[in-house]
Amino acid sequence: MTTFLDNFFFSYQTLIFALGINGLLALSMYTVLAVGQLSLGQAAFMGIGAYVSALLTLHLDWPFAAVLLAAMIVPALFALLIGGPTLKLTGVYLALATIALGEIIRIFCNTSDLTGGALGLSGIPNKTTFTLIFGLLALALVNFVLIARSRVGRAMEAMREDEVAAGVMGINLPAMKLGALVVSAMLAGLAGALNAHANSFIGPNDYGFDQAVTILSFALLGGIGSPFGPVLGAVILTLLPELLTALHDFKLVVNGFIIVVAVLYMPRGLLSWRIGRVG
Amino acid sequence: MSVLKVRGLTLGYNRTDAVKGIDLDVAEGAVVSLIGANGAGKTTTLRGLSGLLKARAGSVLFQGAEMAGQPAYKITRAGVIQVPEGRQVFANMTIEENLRMGAYLVQDKAEIARRRVGVLERFPRLGERLQQLAGLLSGGEQQMLAIGRALMADPKLLLLDEPSMGLAPLFIEEIFAIIRALKVEGRTILLVEQNAQAALEVSDHAYVLESGRIKLQGPATEIASNPEVIAAYLGAA
Repeated sequence: MTTFLDNFFFSYQTLIFALGINGLLALSMYTVLAVGQLSLGQAAFMGIGAYVSALLTLHLDWPFAAVLLAAMIVPALFALLIGGPTLKLTGVYLALATIALGEIIRIFCNTSDLTGGALGLSGIPNKTTFTLIFGLLALALVNFVLIARSRVGRAMEAMREDEVAAGVMGINLPAMKLGALVVSAMLAGLAGALNAHANSFIGPNDYGFDQAVTILSFALLGGIGSPFGPVLGAVILTLLPELLTALHDFKLVVNGFIIVVAVLYMPRGLLSWRIGRVG
Repeated sequence: MSVLKVRGLTLGYNRTDAVKGIDLDVAEGAVVSLIGANGAGKTTTLRGLSGLLKARAGSVLFQGAEMAGQPAYKITRAGVIQVPEGRQVFANMTIEENLRMGAYLVQDKAEIARRRVGVLERFPRLGERLQQLAGLLSGGEQQMLAIGRALMADPKLLLLDEPSMGLAPLFIEEIFAIIRALKVEGRTILLVEQNAQAALEVSDHAYVLESGRIKLQGPATEIASNPEVIAAYLGAA
């Protein structure tokens, strides 16, 4: 029995790790959407975390815990940098600025010697473990549920319902939005670092616009009524391409089709229920 | 004694000034109405007072503290609570949660509970349907919820933006009855209304706004009997 499980785990390790890492990415997307903002920079934040962590491990041989910490702090600084000016504005400015960030990061990583150019970085030691990924995912989920149940969670819901009305309730809108963006960047950076240390190779095209849209679709499919929605979306969209492998290149078409149908017919996502409040 | 003292307030969008240097005073415990035609700058003025729109010039003193240029949440913290135009309740949240949002800045649970009881006594219809989504309420009920939500913040100055807009006549009467009751209880209210007649009836003092400027001001009874006002806003018989 244990040999079966071992074999199963060995064969599907990449997929199992991807489920957890995508779950973290979905939560990072949720954090921004939960305050009514749209960021398309989650892939960029993930990329920053991945490169920072890989470089620290490869060149400086930092302990893994410190590497993960740095992979959260550096994207957070980028979030502060672009969130500060853009979040004061309403509308699509954050989305635009984060798309630009994604392109800058991709082009930088593609050309800089430090990041290995188009070849990327390889030979990253495998330090990510099953327990680490799913422990962190569980920790993040528990925290998000606690926040969602509190008055801060109610304020976040009010913000995505109606920003003007939320503003006159006394919510510090710029601080909440910036805080959400920073937390989301940290989570994406963490996911990037875990991914880099699970796959041993990272390249600049792993963190492009495609990836940003994929992360967004986790949350759109699952729904943002509760933090469980995006994680469910991530699980489905991670498993789906595996189940559709027989379709080869058409699997992306089917994938896209499912997202379109989900958005059209389930605008609140698969898990539309809201979380109960205690505060 | 004025709680609110506005001097030379100028507000606008893009290149146009919608409100051009107005002066306005609201005395403690008074109901003051700001009347005028569509596009006169009434709502803009309220948005400026609550910090939703940044003042281009002028000063807004609330209880002696300068509010012009402050963000909305700081003005709310000072006790200026706006009921936004068009009954902006949180449609996908329950009535209960809408009310609790109103007391967002209050930490003391007993105090929140006390205010909630007060609001539900005033609006029994809300109390019967606490777990219902606010978006499912009728227009008049949503306006009551919006006012109830504002009362949860225990406002020192309540800014009401067109509370009667788009409501059935019966509800309009009810809304003005509520305003009258709030006045009796000593609330200070700045009321923006297109329904000039009803607004003047509940007000102590009134300002008439025209093209972003104060055209007339005075005790509400005086404004109500001004021939120009009668002709323009009250419909001469």
